[in-house]
Amino acid sequence: MLGYILKRIFQLIPALLLVSVASFSIIYFAPGDPAETLMTGPDGNVNPKSVEEFRTKMGLDKPLHIQYLIWLNNVVHGNFGYSYRTEKPVFDHIKTSFGATFKLAVVSLIISLIISIPLGIISAIKHNSGLDISCMVGASLGVSMPNFWLGLLLMLLFGIYLDWLPVAGYGTGGDLEHIILPALTLGTGSAAVTARLMRSSMLEVLGQDYILTARAKGVPEWMVIGKHALKNALIPFVTMVGLNFGYLLNGSVVVETIFGWPGIGRLIVDSINMRDYMMVQGCMVFVALLFVTVNLVVDISYRYLDPRIRYEKA
Amino acid sequence: MNLLEIIDLKTHFPTSNGLVKAVDTIDMSISEQETFGLIGETGCGKSVLGHSIIRLLQSDTVMKGKIIYKGKNLLEISEAEMRNIRGEEIAMILQNPTTSLNPVITVGEQIAEAIRLHQRLNKKDAKQKAIEMLEAVRIPSPSQRANEYPHEFSGGMKQRVMIAMGLACDPALVIADEPTKGLDVTIKIQIVELMKEVTAQKAMLLITHDLGVASEMCDRIALMYAGELVEYASVIEIFENPLHPYTIGFLDSLPGRGLVPIPGMSPSLIDLPDGCRFHPRCSHVMEICRQKHPGMTEMKDGHFVRCFHA
Amino acid sequence: MKKHNNPFMDNIRRLSDSRPATVGAIIIMLLCFIAVFAPQLSPNNPTTACLEDRLISPLTVPEYPLGTDHLGRCVLSRLLYGARISLIVGIIVVGISAMIGIALGVISGYYGGGIDAVIMRFVDATLSFPSIFLAVTIAGLLGRGLPSVIIALIVVDWTAYARISRGSVLSLKETEFVESARSLGASDCYIMTRHILPNIIGPVIVIGTLGMAYVILSAAALSFLGFGPQPPTPEWGAMLNAGRMYMRTEPYLTIIPGIAIMVMVLAFNLLGDGLRDILDPKKTVIE
Repeated sequence: MLGYILKRIFQLIPALLLVSVASFSIIYFAPGDPAETLMTGPDGNVNPKSVEEFRTKMGLDKPLHIQYLIWLNNVVHGNFGYSYRTEKPVFDHIKTSFGATFKLAVVSLIISLIISIPLGIISAIKHNSGLDISCMVGASLGVSMPNFWLGLLLMLLFGIYLDWLPVAGYGTGGDLEHIILPALTLGTGSAAVTARLMRSSMLEVLGQDYILTARAKGVPEWMVIGKHALKNALIPFVTMVGLNFGYLLNGSVVVETIFGWPGIGRLIVDSINMRDYMMVQGCMVFVALLFVTVNLVVDISYRYLDPRIRYEKA
Repeated sequence: MNLLEIIDLKTHFPTSNGLVKAVDTIDMSISEQETFGLIGETGCGKSVLGHSIIRLLQSDTVMKGKIIYKGKNLLEISEAEMRNIRGEEIAMILQNPTTSLNPVITVGEQIAEAIRLHQRLNKKDAKQKAIEMLEAVRIPSPSQRANEYPHEFSGGMKQRVMIAMGLACDPALVIADEPTKGLDVTIKIQIVELMKEVTAQKAMLLITHDLGVASEMCDRIALMYAGELVEYASVIEIFENPLHPYTIGFLDSLPGRGLVPIPGMSPSLIDLPDGCRFHPRCSHVMEICRQKHPGMTEMKDGHFVRCFHA
Repeated sequence: MKKHNNPFMDNIRRLSDSRPATVGAIIIMLLCFIAVFAPQLSPNNPTTACLEDRLISPLTVPEYPLGTDHLGRCVLSRLLYGARISLIVGIIVVGISAMIGIALGVISGYYGGGIDAVIMRFVDATLSFPSIFLAVTIAGLLGRGLPSVIIALIVVDWTAYARISRGSVLSLKETEFVESARSLGASDCYIMTRHILPNIIGPVIVIGTLGMAYVILSAAALSFLGFGPQPPTPEWGAMLNAGRMYMRTEPYLTIIPGIAIMVMVLAFNLLGDGLRDILDPKKTVIE
């Protein structure tokens, strides 16, 4: 198992190096010379001397590959540079924003799983029934619905017409009443994806011979479903939760922007709009690392949960 | 005394291609401690008959007739009552142990589960009983193997686990569906010996297409063709005095008897031939065979056959 | 039942057996019709502002069946022209992504070795970024507008085709018909175009149809965030974003473009799911 983990991490290295090159080059693809952009005074005048000083200070006068190595070394040590806009360390911004995104993602994930697991299971058990068909129609609609639109509709209904919940904002550190609407927006979208996957996973398991064996033993139906079937159906489900994480992270870009949630999705959109490319770069490196790590963890736990694979290389 | 009596049983289920008449009128009985062999080609409905007895079929299946077990009609009792009979009174050893064992539950737990459900033992005692069962089916170091998962067992060992699971609650009747399918010859002999030993005091319905295995284990043998029985008698009668052309053909296809296959293919259970269901493949076919469906007649004491020619 | 010997007709028949896929296909045809004939179907010019007629509610004035926006532009006309933009973006992105992805995937799977490793590391690297983050950043760097959205989505989208083509090639490479073609002295190029391409077309059609749904949705999201076509272009995501300002008083400006996006995305999803069911070799129906 440890060997497998190390092998997987080792395999990731080339792709991560490409990721770092891509992220590094953001600054150079960005319109305008970063030094000039930064050293432009409030009156719009550029002092050539301070631009030169800034270049030397930031190492921008060195050859590109040296700059890259310096940058990579800094990133590895957790130094993502300084925001053009606030002049504070990029990493500090990311940490704060990620806290907010993480909170939103966890609540959304809980909402998503509460909706999708029971619906997926019931749809599979009552295969082709009216309930199954309506669940799947609902899931198709959910998958196809733009999350920014769903968010606005929820805002319209609960924030404006019913006036139960605040339309946007973070409240005091992301309190419950502020988190409900964005989390519901993200959660229902991902529930649609997950319920379909849960259903197909459960349907496949229910057709297996060992389900018949359990029934032949006189195991009551609720235990056949809850123990024999679910244990198998949940193995691919772990992967689904991992996929869900990708969905939630992607969804955060739009949903956080709509609801004014100060997370990493909104941070990157704002930073692009403000031309704070140092921040954009930091965010990209961070989300990529996060994404890769989550996928790795999902892959490993998938192997750990399935005894057939768990012992393969032991 | 008959332990199980099947009267006029029909088991039909709908599919997208039409109604499958998997069991189309079967009458048979099994007495206590008897081993009854049910022989037939793939797709003749013999597994469905086995599943019908404990009502282990898809929910839209239609069953008609009676299945009398210890004086009770199993087709009339509730699902809860049926559940108490499954595993406890009538156990089923399903075919293909590789797919019939749950891959994510330990072997010991899969056996202990049935014991806990039916005998109300606590977790520890049930586990102990499961280990004893593994020992009874000659699995070495059973207390350690009980904690392992099915994929850690070989094919023959998995079949032993299936047998242990079936016998765990000491049922009166065991339905064994192709217990030797896919096993090497040497392993097959071991499993046959083991099953003879552990089911000596029990009634058994052995479903197989292997006449050799059936002759080793059974007291009586029935041949099933296209949803119905065509001949049944004691093992000796079947081998020495077969009457139905299908039985004769089946015997001739054995390796020891010339390996002559029966020409043609078994009919689809959706679209059964008129008259005698075997007539399209029969070498003795007469005009009446095409017109009328033959009934079951007793030719000798306890030797029944469904054929106009016999 | 009469059996079709033509596999194409057979697939069409099986597809029409699936009600969701049929519904999807019909909606797509309808949307294509709307996109082509948008100028004829539109009651008004979609970009002409008329400030006297601003913020008219739907179903009140016959001249503007779905009302007008904050600049007095006809919502229905903008909606019809918007179908054009969404479909064109989808077709361009999916078409180019598929071409790039198939080419790289086939080369990668066919030759293996170093070139395979390089291409696949690029795929891995692309997939290391959450797709919307990547698309937003690229679109942001390239500057606002439709071309940036298209380029950003191609960068995100090509990997799916590369992976599926590579996988298919790997499994086909060892098959007898490719082996025999090779032993007869067929060139690599000939084998790839004549033997391998026809066999990967099925999965590519499935991914492409579902990809249309994904691309249309993502393009709308990018426009909604302000990275897409600039005013007065009638793009659905941008319409939604503009309508948002008037959500309290004129909610229809938010609701109507959203329905349009959902219907188009849903249609491609339904058709894609239906195609997957019939083209997936694992699910082939035995007749």
